[in-house]
Amino acid sequence: MPTMNMIQAINSALDVMLERDPDVLLFGEDIGYFGGVFRVTDGLQAKYGKNRCFDTPIAEGGIIGAAIGMGAYGLRPVAEIQFVDYILPAYDQLVSEAARLRYRSGGEFWAPITVRSPYGGGIFGGQTHSQSPEALFAHVVGLKTVIPSNPYDAKGLLISCIEDDDPVIFMEPKRIYNGPFNGKHDEALKNWAGDPSADVPEGHYTVPLGKAAIAREGKDATVLAYGTMVHVAKAGIEDSGVDAELIDLRSIVPLDIETIVASVAKTGRCVILHEATRFAGFGGELSALIQERCFWALKAPIARVAGWDTPYPHAFELDYLPGPGRLAAALVKVMED
Amino acid sequence: MAKPASSRSRKPAAGTAAPAPADHNRERPADPKPYQASKEELLEFYKQMLLIRRFEERAGQLYGLGLIGGFCHLYIGQEAVAVGIQSALTPGKDSVITGYRDHGHMLAYGIDPKVIMAELTGREAGISRGKGGSMHMFSVEHKFYGGHGIVGAQVSLGTGLAFGHKYSEDGGVCVAYFGDGAANQGQVYESFNMAALWGLPIIYVIENNQYAMGTSVHRSSSEDRFYLRGESFRIPGIQVDGMDVLACRGATEEALAWIHAGKGPIILEMKTYRYRGHSMSDPAKYRSRDEVQTMRETSDPIEGIKKALADAGIKEDELKSIDAEIRKVVSEAADFAETSPEPVAGELYTDVLVEQY
Repeated sequence: MPTMNMIQAINSALDVMLERDPDVLLFGEDIGYFGGVFRVTDGLQAKYGKNRCFDTPIAEGGIIGAAIGMGAYGLRPVAEIQFVDYILPAYDQLVSEAARLRYRSGGEFWAPITVRSPYGGGIFGGQTHSQSPEALFAHVVGLKTVIPSNPYDAKGLLISCIEDDDPVIFMEPKRIYNGPFNGKHDEALKNWAGDPSADVPEGHYTVPLGKAAIAREGKDATVLAYGTMVHVAKAGIEDSGVDAELIDLRSIVPLDIETIVASVAKTGRCVILHEATRFAGFGGELSALIQERCFWALKAPIARVAGWDTPYPHAFELDYLPGPGRLAAALVKVMED
Repeated sequence: MAKPASSRSRKPAAGTAAPAPADHNRERPADPKPYQASKEELLEFYKQMLLIRRFEERAGQLYGLGLIGGFCHLYIGQEAVAVGIQSALTPGKDSVITGYRDHGHMLAYGIDPKVIMAELTGREAGISRGKGGSMHMFSVEHKFYGGHGIVGAQVSLGTGLAFGHKYSEDGGVCVAYFGDGAANQGQVYESFNMAALWGLPIIYVIENNQYAMGTSVHRSSSEDRFYLRGESFRIPGIQVDGMDVLACRGATEEALAWIHAGKGPIILEMKTYRYRGHSMSDPAKYRSRDEVQTMRETSDPIEGIKKALADAGIKEDELKSIDAEIRKVVSEAADFAETSPEPVAGELYTDVLVEQY
């Protein structure tokens, strides 16, 4: 089986879907001739032509708006927003059109669009190239939001997103495009080769949306994470010495609440980890859902480890991004509470 | 999708001598001619415009009675635009998308007045099953893609629809309507750029009724000749008398010919006028009663076509029987909308997604 990093796995998913379905189209800023700033679409224009994989003007609202029109018309567009920080001009289109078209048309029209976009910190991109705005999407009824943490899931989830008839935001953790890391932000990336999740089949397969993965089994506490933070969580759990269960959510909408509840009911303790800012972050929703469902099983208050409530800093990045130390400390504390 | 026509291909051949005057440096659509309608077509235009007017008057009454809640933007005064344009399209092939003032477009498309009125009153039988309301109505059958309440957002969607026509090579054209107010939204120009770049089959119809809510075009638009708004993108535009249904139809014919010849997108600026307020809650202090009265007396599209009908030898009696027929249709629609049931509670959670969460 071939070994792929995240970029190759996502490229392979797009390749598979372009091959299988003539209604699938890729477009975005610099994705055609140039192959994308992170090279995710490299070679696809040469293989499928300019009609299937093409460059757009720098116009995010127009890109997403046109994608919705194409989707309503019956195509299956996959649009790239170069960095998720750039998606805000298109937020109107995502909220008011993509997410709501089906409901307000009484089921007449909907837009099966996939919006791919790199997100997250760890590459010293500063404010406008580092953020994690998943809570902005999770709050929008009618959108799905998916965040993979490894190459195998990335390919299988992206194929599911493209085949899904609802609008989906597919957030790609750019910190781990080229390799996983040991969770320590100041150390070099490892290579995906050698990681079991880098064994990625060439052909078509899917990882279902709304199904979390148990990345590590444990009995004393539950850690919830997604994307880059799954890797931080693994390191933090090792450092803490706590026998924690790690759940990789994979998609935050739809959310696999059953897997979460089963784990917390078993462990009685929970730490939620995300790199987005804490206040009104997705961790707040997770915390509320768990409290509603597992109140009598909880042995300690649910803890959240998240980005600080500031704009994304350039200088303090290594401190801003939650690292294994902060997770380990939170785990130790929930065990003492 | 065929190879997109690049803007380069429209430049004059290399080696051309002195640069041509700015207005004539590329091909432009011909000046449209008023449509030569048959007697039957004239009657049909009259019928459709009258249906829109009577329907909208009735909707205004139902609003006043509290049967229609929220927002309700009437099309009275602008009837010639939708009727003239729709009559030139090929049903089932061409697609249409518009903004929030959408009742008239739907009626012009032949959609049953009952299900439109029932949508206004929020009933199960409404065309969006009561969940869309006045601004949000759709019909797959008529390739009518809504009905959009966010000013200007439909322009990008229409551009995507036009892409769909081109990609699937179905020969269809998208008509994307928006108003003079929406014409100042940024994504309109993102859309113009893409449509010209990719040679998309789309008519951008700017219904210039001269007021963006309560702000006149002169107070909101640095270039108020909207047909010129595509010039930076090499999209030609035509200004049309939007109070004259034959002029609207004639201009649409010209626009369709332009697109069918593979020349890319085109803009039609329809100069029109709405007699009523922007919505039902509009105190209309931004214009004088005299202005409205003068427009009604001198430019009314329905009075205008009556003259053409008289010239064609249609008797007053025949028009009267059409009037009576339309009043009946509208009354039935209103009765239906008042008496048909509201959606059941379970409908709240349907169609949020194609699948369930």
